[in-house]
Amino acid sequence: MRLLTFAVALVLSCVCARGQNIAVRARVVYTVAGSPIEDGVIVVRDGKIAAVGPADGVEIPEGVRVLQATVATPGLVDARSTVGLSGILNIDHDQDQLEHSKPIQPELRALDAYNPYDPLVEYVRSFGVTTVQTGNAPGELISGQTIVVKTVGNTVEEALLKSPSAVVATLSPSARKGGGKSPGTRGKMVSMLRQELIRTREYMDKHERGDADEGEDGDADDDEDSKPGGGTDLEKEALASVLRGEVPLIITANRVQDIDSALRLREEFAFKMILDMGAEAYLLADKLAEAGVPVIVHPTMYRATGETENLTFENAARLADAGVTVAMQSGYESYVPKTRVVLFEAAMAAANGLGFERALRACTIDAADLIGVGDRVGSLEVGKDGDIALFDGDPFEYTTHCVEVVIDGVVVSERVR
Amino acid sequence: MARIWIALGVLLAQAWTGVGAARAQERPLAFVGAHLIPIDGDEVEQGVLVIADGKIAAVGRAGEVELPPDAEVIDATGRVIMPGLVDTHSHVGGIGGADGSGPIQPGVRVMDSINVRDAGFRRVVAGGLTTLNIMPGSGHLSSGQTVYCKMRFWREPDGSSHARAIEDIAIRDTRTREEGGFGVGTVMGGLKMANGTNSQRNPPFPGTRGKSASLVREKFIAAQEYAEKIERADGDPEKMPARDLDMEALVEVMEGRRIVHHHTHRADDIMTVLRLADEFGFRVVLHHVSEGWRVADEIASFEGVPGPDGTAWGAPCSVILVDSPGGKLEARHLVFETPGILEKAGARVALHTDDWITDSRYFLRMPAISVRAGMSREAALRAVTLSGAEMLDLGDRVGSLTPGKDADFVVLDGDPLSVYTKVRETWVEGHRVFDRDDPDDRLHAVGGYGAAGESEPYFCCYQHLIGEGQ
Repeated sequence: MRLLTFAVALVLSCVCARGQNIAVRARVVYTVAGSPIEDGVIVVRDGKIAAVGPADGVEIPEGVRVLQATVATPGLVDARSTVGLSGILNIDHDQDQLEHSKPIQPELRALDAYNPYDPLVEYVRSFGVTTVQTGNAPGELISGQTIVVKTVGNTVEEALLKSPSAVVATLSPSARKGGGKSPGTRGKMVSMLRQELIRTREYMDKHERGDADEGEDGDADDDEDSKPGGGTDLEKEALASVLRGEVPLIITANRVQDIDSALRLREEFAFKMILDMGAEAYLLADKLAEAGVPVIVHPTMYRATGETENLTFENAARLADAGVTVAMQSGYESYVPKTRVVLFEAAMAAANGLGFERALRACTIDAADLIGVGDRVGSLEVGKDGDIALFDGDPFEYTTHCVEVVIDGVVVSERVR
Repeated sequence: MARIWIALGVLLAQAWTGVGAARAQERPLAFVGAHLIPIDGDEVEQGVLVIADGKIAAVGRAGEVELPPDAEVIDATGRVIMPGLVDTHSHVGGIGGADGSGPIQPGVRVMDSINVRDAGFRRVVAGGLTTLNIMPGSGHLSSGQTVYCKMRFWREPDGSSHARAIEDIAIRDTRTREEGGFGVGTVMGGLKMANGTNSQRNPPFPGTRGKSASLVREKFIAAQEYAEKIERADGDPEKMPARDLDMEALVEVMEGRRIVHHHTHRADDIMTVLRLADEFGFRVVLHHVSEGWRVADEIASFEGVPGPDGTAWGAPCSVILVDSPGGKLEARHLVFETPGILEKAGARVALHTDDWITDSRYFLRMPAISVRAGMSREAALRAVTLSGAEMLDLGDRVGSLTPGKDADFVVLDGDPLSVYTKVRETWVEGHRVFDRDDPDDRLHAVGGYGAAGESEPYFCCYQHLIGEGQ
């Protein structure tokens, strides 16, 4: 049923995409799919990239609007954000990124909370960000789901690329409860996750056997959650999609022991894991590389406190050096700035060992692949969406401006930033 | 009693300068071949900077500056040298100012709370900052007195840090009281004030903006009466009012010795600050100024209080830029364009880190972002050096590469406004206090605060707004 909803949403998003024709000519085009093209041209037809190449080899169709810029890159991809849920005003009524009523609620869909009109969506778009994975924030053991959206659209359906794109879990003291409530310790956190995943397995087995009748399901301690008639359990369904490998489990962890616990859980339950934040991930770079676990590394300028005290500006570089796939994120901010901008975080990483090329990949194609939309966005290749960011210089330089942003062939921002 | 304190202050100051002078570099140093950004003049392509006895001795073109015969020559080809950065608003040092007992506590001094071993200072020098205004937070209408500090974190010959207590890093006045200063040898600082939302809480704190302004007026009127009593006493101890630390600080403010550093974001809040400054005649620096772009002309043409030189200064602004607007209502309309708009209106503009809000290590990012959004390069670089120094009454001592000023400077490996540029070295009063090639220093340049196992950083205006558990 949920799969069906998902399919309908996808169809809608395709119908609504205002695919248009446009061309871009730039002194350098970073396709991210090959070498940079000097004096390059990108032609977008019906919202999709129809041609990319040097100006002398690619014909610009007659009558098409041509944008000129110094540099063109793929529209930027932010691998982990809370824009659209964590509103700009930061008052109770615009904060929908974290529900505290229970520690485990994987059924909470970002789809039902995303506000495409929050000013921060437009704000990040004006800096070239065209795709974000956004949704429930870290801070509960399992806080819910994420979606992937384009940073335009009148409705979430119009903006949507993927839902759910992941289920998000937190293994850190920020998910701990006080006052004798669980989870109160690291050990309890892992125990609760294991218990929940084991129950999900049993639920899946039962449903596979067609044995969905009411009965003792070992859930006696879960009184507020008693199942009417043994039907569909939204929570278990969401976790089942993780165990079936349909969506990854993004685990937010910073301390070495928490990252290790996450890897141990992955080993036991064989889900697709993405590490989020990973302030101390550089200390386990080899282990993460060996496990093939990618990292959506903390914003480079993230403010170190408590469990992130050992982060470093060079985290992304050190992980990438060890062979770990890294993507950049804006993350979640509870105060000012209310959101970070993935362009700025990638820039700081570029200047701290990651270098231009890897940093650009980390906020375009590598991020897109990691969040499961690499077939649609993240590079300038024929057939992909016409999402392009235009700059008047090195995109990562402080004093360069993002001059225009194109999504599906439509100019969506002309504010010089 | 006051005299005794001042006398003691002078003694301490003399003791301190004695130590400092003895520890300044033995021979003059000449940095040759660097690109110099003096701030008080044009940039110099192939420059020479000579320092001696902790002061800047000469600045100029290579070949045009005579090197002292005993100078140690340092090849600085390919480097960029600019004055040490001045941060008009910082919260490093594990600070704690006023407590929850009341909204206006000018008698509290932040200098009585600072841990000079806090690793925050290591990050400060890694960012090229050499002079700080360390402030208590913005959760009060007045959270107390700020302290101006110099990052004197060099090593003594025995390996110990020169800075062992706040006294070692506090900046002492060279002006007499007759000159309008605090008195020679007295620790310098301002008064932190705030309006808007951070200081609104349950009673006895104000619940509205109107109440905030009313409480401040009440306190200043009391201070006026206190000052009148002292004047009427005319030196007669019998007629003197009982000493009141809150009143003493506010009297210093109204006398123009102690500058008010005022947290204010929204345009209407900014105008309220100007109204109060006009009424009570206090010198003020507007801090944050997120909606300064709405009232740039009013700020630039403010005539309520003259600058230290007696000329019209408008209302000086120390602006912060964070990476997006919002996060709290009063920062909803924060824009990167503010510094440039204020500059064009003719206002004096500095920038600040508000560390921990932004990290001292990328302070230079802020003038760069200001340039991105329309500020001139000259004004932007001045905003993190000389303009800031002027707003702390230190413009004749630091903030530019000018002979006679303190030898506080930063050595960069590229243009100061480039993301790819790194601070290689930071020098304070002729001593190197940061060297990126030193592994320990480098750790602080890229790592988190866990790099030194310090205490939890203090979050200005953060915890009580966000609450626990988030």
